[in-house]
Amino acid sequence: MARMKFLCDADRCIECNACVTACKNENEVPWGINRRRVVTIDDGKPGERSVSMACMHCTDAPCAAVCPVNCFFTTADSVVLHSKDLCIGCGYCFYACPFGAPQYPRLGNFGTRGKMDKCTFCAGGPDPANTAANYELYGADRLIEGKLPLCAEMCSTKSLLAGDGEIIAQIYKERVSKRGYGSGAWGWQTAYRETIAS
Amino acid sequence: MNEPRESLMRVQFSRIHVLAGALLVLLIAALAVPATAQQGRNPDGSVNPTASAVHERQLLEKLGQIDGRVSIPAQRAGVLEQPAGREWRQFHEVTLRTIGAIAILGMLALLVIFYLWRGMVRIEGGRSGRTIVRFNGFERGVHWMTATCFIILALSGLNITFGRVLLLPLMGPETFTAWSQWAKYAHNFLSFPFTLGVVLIFLMWIAGNIPNRVDFRWIKAGGGIVGHEHPPAYRFNAGQKAIYWIVVLGGGAAAATGYLLMFPFYVTDIAGMQAAQMVHSVVAMLFIAAMLAHIYIGTIGMEGAFEAMGTGDVDVNWAKEHHSLWLEQEQARTNAPQARPAATPAE
Repeated sequence: MARMKFLCDADRCIECNACVTACKNENEVPWGINRRRVVTIDDGKPGERSVSMACMHCTDAPCAAVCPVNCFFTTADSVVLHSKDLCIGCGYCFYACPFGAPQYPRLGNFGTRGKMDKCTFCAGGPDPANTAANYELYGADRLIEGKLPLCAEMCSTKSLLAGDGEIIAQIYKERVSKRGYGSGAWGWQTAYRETIAS
Repeated sequence: MNEPRESLMRVQFSRIHVLAGALLVLLIAALAVPATAQQGRNPDGSVNPTASAVHERQLLEKLGQIDGRVSIPAQRAGVLEQPAGREWRQFHEVTLRTIGAIAILGMLALLVIFYLWRGMVRIEGGRSGRTIVRFNGFERGVHWMTATCFIILALSGLNITFGRVLLLPLMGPETFTAWSQWAKYAHNFLSFPFTLGVVLIFLMWIAGNIPNRVDFRWIKAGGGIVGHEHPPAYRFNAGQKAIYWIVVLGGGAAAATGYLLMFPFYVTDIAGMQAAQMVHSVVAMLFIAAMLAHIYIGTIGMEGAFEAMGTGDVDVNWAKEHHSLWLEQEQARTNAPQARPAATPAE
């Protein structure tokens, strides 16, 4: 099985937010939940870079490690998923996540959280059945249809790459050698404990 | 026919003039190019668009996390990367569990050993049969409200730290989630009466809990719990004062950090949330350990102690042994106005 990864080529990202919109539309993500976002660093200064960020589906995922109810699991494609039936909305995964991926609907009392929601790599939920209830909870399961996450597919500059980690790393390496520069695979060192030499 | 031609030549001449001027300007500009602009070029002179680009590793080394701007209302989403979550994970998985296990199991072990060695501290003079009011109904009400909340808060809190290891394998995922969900609600809601209780405890017992000279003697004598001596004490002895301040300060710290966690990101950022969780959990572990000792001495550790918070009346001999100065004060206060209770004249 492939080891699925995201890679955002920051030298190509133009902060158009098409990935964000594609994600929200494909997964019918509720208002206030940002499974994917684009962060611009040094905005307005020379050398500013934008990075599209969502759950990176980490190796040895910190969210899974700290979850008090053990609701996370990793699929055969190394996609980190969680069960909303088991999640209690404690918010610990957000403290541990290096990328700010977990999102919580504001439900119930105070500012407390409903069941956590995050990027599923368009791989649906724990139950592979393509039902309306599953779609409402987790969003689309594109992987099972042989498709990749829509954010990457919609990327206007093909900055955001999603898929088999080795293949997207190869694509990125070729780009870097061809154009002569690259600011690196953002988040890879933190998420996968490896980086792409550029 | 001559005139238009002449004007055309003039136009061409002026164009050449402008072009030459522009070239001159460019030449001057090229000569005056500062060194910094040269860095924006590759060695072969082509433009390097990444010359001033931000680099992930440099940002992380310099700032510890990477922040940027987002165009969505959730401004905290502007934190692109915070590897500090890794340290927090280490704290949660290893450090906190170690602290908790040592504090709680260590305290339990100490209490068991102490009980086996010392046994229950008896009322040495035996029960007198006469009692004196130690805590009125309001005080006991506040105590038990706070105590009930504390026990539920402690168990539901320990569940977050140890439940996955201890209970999940026994209960199975669905049952454990159902229990944890209710535990979370209880933890959130009971924080309010608990905090109220801590505030009331602070206010109603502060007068008797200011450390004074008597406490030094009490501590020097080991509180009388180690030996068989009974050092004098006012309403609260040094041990009780310690418990009081643990409740007030520990409870206050746990409540303050707890509300930071309960209202996430209202007042602090991700680093603040992690710090709040760390303070909250460590304070809570030590608090639980201290309360185990409090529960021990208030129940099986000492004869006659539980009544103080049970019925509110303690045996006079118990008061004489453990709170001699307080008993004198109380007796002076109740006896002073009417001297000795007038004996009913015999008929």
